[in-house]
Amino acid sequence: MLGRIAGRTEVYLAGVLIVLSVVLFILNPKFLTAENLFDVLRNNSFLGIVALGELVVLVSGGIDVSFTAIATVAQYVMGVIITKYMVESVFFAFLIPIPIGIALGAFNAFLVNRTRVHPVIITISNLNVFYGLLMVVSKGRWIYGFPGPFRDFARLKVLTLISEKGVDYGLSIFTVAWFFIAFATWVVLRYLPIGRKVYALGGNSEAARRAGFDIFRIQLFVYCYIGFLSGIAGFVHAALNQMIQPNAIVGRELDVLAAAILGGASVFGGAGSPLGVVLGVLFIAFIKNGLILMKASAYWHQVIMGLIIVLAATLSAYQQSLERKRRRWV
Amino acid sequence: MIEEKAILSLSRITKRYGGVVALQNVDFSVLRGEVHGLVGENGSGKSTLVKIATGVVQPDPGAEIVVEGKKIPRLTPYLAFHLGIHVVHQDLSLFPNLSVAENIFAHEYIERGRRFVSWQDMEGRAREVLGRIGVDIDPRAVVGRLSFADQQLVAICRAIASEAKLIILDEPTASLTFREVQRLFGFIRELKAQDIAFVFISHRLDEVLEISDRVTVLRDGVKVGTFPKEELTKARLSFFMTGKEIVAQSRTFPLDGPKEILRVERLTRRGEYADVSFTLHEGEILGLIGPRGSGRTEVALTLFGLNPPDSGKIFLDGKEVRFRSNRDAIRHGIGYVPENRLIQGLVLDQPVADNIVITILDTLVERSGLLRPAKKLSIAEKAIGNFGIKAPAVDAPVRSLSGGNQQKVVLSRWILTAPRVLILDTPTHGVDVAAKESIYEMILNLAKDRGIGILLISDEEHEVLQVCHRILVMKEGRIVREYVPSEVTEEVLRKEIVG
Amino acid sequence: MKRARGGRETQSIILVGVVTFLIVLLGMLTKGRLLGLDSLQSIAFQLPLLGILTLAQMTPMLTGGIDLSIIATANLCGVIAAIGMTRSGLPIGVAVILGLALALLFAILKGFLIAWVSVPAIIATLGLMIFIRGVSLVLTRGYVIAGFPGSFLFLGNGTLFGIPMPFVVFFLCALFLYLLLTRTRFGTYVYLLGSNPTATLFAGVNNAAVLFKTYLLSSFLAGIAGLVMISRFNAAQADYGESYLLLTVLACVLGGIDPGGGFGRLPGVVVSIIVLQVVATGFNLLGLSSHLASALWGLILLGVIAINRMIGEGEA
Repeated sequence: MLGRIAGRTEVYLAGVLIVLSVVLFILNPKFLTAENLFDVLRNNSFLGIVALGELVVLVSGGIDVSFTAIATVAQYVMGVIITKYMVESVFFAFLIPIPIGIALGAFNAFLVNRTRVHPVIITISNLNVFYGLLMVVSKGRWIYGFPGPFRDFARLKVLTLISEKGVDYGLSIFTVAWFFIAFATWVVLRYLPIGRKVYALGGNSEAARRAGFDIFRIQLFVYCYIGFLSGIAGFVHAALNQMIQPNAIVGRELDVLAAAILGGASVFGGAGSPLGVVLGVLFIAFIKNGLILMKASAYWHQVIMGLIIVLAATLSAYQQSLERKRRRWV
Repeated sequence: MIEEKAILSLSRITKRYGGVVALQNVDFSVLRGEVHGLVGENGSGKSTLVKIATGVVQPDPGAEIVVEGKKIPRLTPYLAFHLGIHVVHQDLSLFPNLSVAENIFAHEYIERGRRFVSWQDMEGRAREVLGRIGVDIDPRAVVGRLSFADQQLVAICRAIASEAKLIILDEPTASLTFREVQRLFGFIRELKAQDIAFVFISHRLDEVLEISDRVTVLRDGVKVGTFPKEELTKARLSFFMTGKEIVAQSRTFPLDGPKEILRVERLTRRGEYADVSFTLHEGEILGLIGPRGSGRTEVALTLFGLNPPDSGKIFLDGKEVRFRSNRDAIRHGIGYVPENRLIQGLVLDQPVADNIVITILDTLVERSGLLRPAKKLSIAEKAIGNFGIKAPAVDAPVRSLSGGNQQKVVLSRWILTAPRVLILDTPTHGVDVAAKESIYEMILNLAKDRGIGILLISDEEHEVLQVCHRILVMKEGRIVREYVPSEVTEEVLRKEIVG
Repeated sequence: MKRARGGRETQSIILVGVVTFLIVLLGMLTKGRLLGLDSLQSIAFQLPLLGILTLAQMTPMLTGGIDLSIIATANLCGVIAAIGMTRSGLPIGVAVILGLALALLFAILKGFLIAWVSVPAIIATLGLMIFIRGVSLVLTRGYVIAGFPGSFLFLGNGTLFGIPMPFVVFFLCALFLYLLLTRTRFGTYVYLLGSNPTATLFAGVNNAAVLFKTYLLSSFLAGIAGLVMISRFNAAQADYGESYLLLTVLACVLGGIDPGGGFGRLPGVVVSIIVLQVVATGFNLLGLSSHLASALWGLILLGVIAINRMIGEGEA
């Protein structure tokens, strides 16, 4: 049964995560306190949610680097509406960014399908278009001063504990949202026909076409799915920070890609799992958190992150070359 | 009337593409539970016929398509699928990242109303389908990790699972070893007994004759005829296909005072070949014949420096050599025309000229350190002229050339390096009869005029009998016999290989 | 024997049409100021930075790869040279060579991973991008290093016979790369390998060596760009010009480079760099934001792709 949910990559990653946690715990026992872990989970929920969207696109054999712009546009429109009309309903606010994300995702899918140009090119272009136009219209203004309910919502916890110092902490609603989305993505990818078609398309697009799959519908699904999650993530990001800066998210495309790839998603399509991507995000989050706890200079973070990506890629390439060697040319 | 037993019956099929007639007034029918061979040269119309039978292409007006006694006014791929007509393409069209069970039932994902995927149910049904023909493959295995032969069986099971009544196998044996072919034939017979019909398309006439009940021959878009197997021999079949009597006449020439170039002693690579020893002389054409998977290509790759041996020695002009890479081998005067022309041989989308001069670019460098483009083009043009390559332009992509001319491009690239030894791995595979003749001509001239020693790997007995001085038979990684063409016939050679 | 003209030429032709149209349009909108001497000079000062970086991106893309680490490499080279010139008080020449040497040192690692370990280029260079940027950050602690010797500033701000120095450097880089790609063995191999690496391997091409050199070359050009950049700004920092990264990919594709590898030529890329810079300068003159320009760049690329596609369908 375990093999059903977790492949080899996931088991390795989980092992590495446990070792990492133990090491960090020995270096600084504070790492394994509930307070710290809840904090890490909450702060990484934005990254975690969009990484799941990127996973679905990668599995289909595509790639999307425009999701940061989509999330920004979606949250900005939401911010403008809720501050201008002082929208009191958080639920209504939550509903604003989602259709925007889906619509922009559909635009990506349309262009990818019709032009048959590599999606990295299409989405780079759209990253420029979406973000550029937003900056022009918004003039880069920040939005803050959200209505009260919106502020309270961000502090919502599913589980609340009080620390020794009397500060309350707990499992944030956003962390729950992230894990719920991961679970939902797993169900979609594993048990819905559309999810299986996503894997099929990523595995062999020509065979998918011959099998009679509607390729455009699959592409529409994956790019709308990341658009949808970008919309949600835009909401989460705005709520976590209690303000919207148009330039806060754009530029993090490659971080998200790195998390998805570390989690076992293949840039060539056809492979990857939600569990792996959650573990990939956690891995990056733990490392960053550990460095902060160890009071390592912030400048070292990138050096170590870069090394980890290079190392992981080298290991997986080495593993593949071993497998190839058995077959060679014949 | 025989037609009543027909699963599929195509009548008066004509198909024109622009001004070109691909098929002209062809009738073709497949009976329930029969294996129907379909043969013809490249461009004879086989693939157009398959496309029409599966609804991918519509025939010109006047044609009639009848499936199980029902007239079908317009056959679409969707309809063909649901009527039980399936193709197993040469590339299999499987999803390498998915499990066996999922590949078998992938078509069900299209059906609406199916909400959730039940893995248990799917695996159980897959086990059932695999069991129907007695294949022992785990339905949960990932398809990409299976051998090609097993993948092919998965593709056949996929067709069975969607209730195929007719399965068209397009060159199914092209990448199989001899044993795997026999295993496949076993499964085909098993399914035939379950009333499933097959169309068996192959270039390998022995296999067509072995498995088929009837054979239809196409030539230049016209049907030559449909014959019961009993009325056919290999020679007749090939006469029908080409319209020419192929006389397997030896065209070898005598070697005067043969001088040894290449000697191989007890070459061994675990799991691939063992104890391979032979010599190759100046101007000699040495045939190496054996089924796919016999280790012939592996030996060739070793001689070309790409597949280092575990033990054994290679001598060139009496001196022992060890190749660390194929560049090393090339420097020692060895050239290799690979088995897979389209992937290993040519950079299909790039110009003919670049594909020819790729091996000798260093000789085009001038004192300034730069290449002179004009020199590159003139060398390429000369090669095109010398070897009679038909190309629309020197800088046209190689893709625009016919198979035979493409192969000549690969050959000419090695000739330009002035090699001592040339290894040709099934050089006439997928090449028309006329083009084959001109490739033989080229090979003979290379040996005779330039004294190049040629190792010709082949699966066709008549080919090695025609052009080789000596023939080595390879089986299961070992060289089992050596023949001289004059003392052996095609039949004996065939038996030696198969038996 | 006649020579065939590829259908891939159409993209360059479309591009030239787009350039002409844009220049005329922006020329009219700016009442001729766009084509005035001042703005031509400013274009000639600004274009080379994006230009050289795009040249650095071009060869990896021709092999079917990509180099995400060029900006990080440019910055590292700049930071090292800057530290050398200011804090360590090294002679300019030594500092510059030190900067380039370090850029190449990381390029060796990058080339090794891609060529011999077969790590996909997009992942290897992504990791190295983050790593190299981290090294620069550690070295600078996030601060700006400024105040270079006057003679070094000549590289980014001086003129040679009235031609801005950065443009001279760009021109030399472009000429160098042009000769390399069209008139050397390496260049021929790059195109062939980009199309089908298996076939080049069987033809005796040392694929790994070609890939290795490719990534060495991209780091070298990125290093040059880094030097031009710090000289022009009279400052070095770990994360200057990061928005250029995606633009270089865009400029390559706009210039006709096939992201799958094997196709695309340098003149097309140069034209596309000019388009991007003219648009930016024109917008600048009109007082429009750089963001609108970046949106427009995206739209231009999508437009060219769409037109290309329509023409392609028309032929088929």
